[in-house]
Amino acid sequence: MQHEGAWLDGDAGPVVRPYALTGGLTRPSGQRLDLLDMVRAVHTTGRNLPVSPEQADVLRRCPIPVPLVELAADLKLPTGVVKILVSNLRDRGLVTIHRSKSVGLSDLKILQEVVDGLRRL
Amino acid sequence: MAYGVYDPHPAAVATPATVKILIAGGFGAGKTTLVGSVSEIRPLRTEETLSDRSELVDSLYGVEQKSTTTVAMDFGRITIRDDLVVYLFGTPGQRRFWFMWDDLSYGALGAVVLADERRLADCFPSIDYFERNKIPFVVAVNSFDDAQHHSLETITQALSLSGRVPVIRCDARRRESSRDVLVTLAQHAIALHHEAQPA
Repeated sequence: MQHEGAWLDGDAGPVVRPYALTGGLTRPSGQRLDLLDMVRAVHTTGRNLPVSPEQADVLRRCPIPVPLVELAADLKLPTGVVKILVSNLRDRGLVTIHRSKSVGLSDLKILQEVVDGLRRL
Repeated sequence: MAYGVYDPHPAAVATPATVKILIAGGFGAGKTTLVGSVSEIRPLRTEETLSDRSELVDSLYGVEQKSTTTVAMDFGRITIRDDLVVYLFGTPGQRRFWFMWDDLSYGALGAVVLADERRLADCFPSIDYFERNKIPFVVAVNSFDDAQHHSLETITQALSLSGRVPVIRCDARRRESSRDVLVTLAQHAIALHHEAQPA
């Protein structure tokens, strides 16, 4: 039977505390980031940029726009940690953030296209 | 544009329109399985940091405290067209995770509440959340082989649902079945929209 204590097994994640990966920062700066915001590196990683290894990992993975949540999954880091890493890179002009257009409930034409597209799966 | 040069036209980058669908339910109801069966990518899993002060808005606020633990979030993707992508987010529905839902549900098309009919009560917090926040949802009863098969009417009553909330049976392991759940949700969202704005 699964219970709350089960979180503390091997699946509980790395033992390094999140703030150790963010240079001690505990919250993102600036405009709030969404999990589906697209992150794109402005510079190549070939340069000697003064970034942490984790930030270098972020930059390597987004030569084209990548959703923030995919970066988190790919890097096996909590989304909150990736938000901090990305917001810091944004502040330094090393990445740009592109907000994806969220399809709302009023976009009936697009919703119908979603229904049709799902049916084709 | 030369690679590695500052991008002077960031707005010109094509970003797809995105549709967010939430997959909720109790532990073990099949959220990971459903996301995995229908996602075009290997289902991704991230972890949110969770502190005792989980009422705080951002999930990382509070990591400086000692008592943090993590909660998994499953994530999948379905590309409808190059410029239209559906994202699936699965995470537990318990009240203590609602701070995550607040983040995830913004702009969401709707939600699937996965139910295990042996533990129907596990659905209550998820249903409660989506009703309160007026987010369209459907209940999908994930039919495990050894489960008793109550009628869907009985389940609707047991969950105190209005008759307008679709309650369907699914097998989250099967792609077509999971797809049908998502189609039902999208159609339900469209129907609710029509009701709210009669022609």
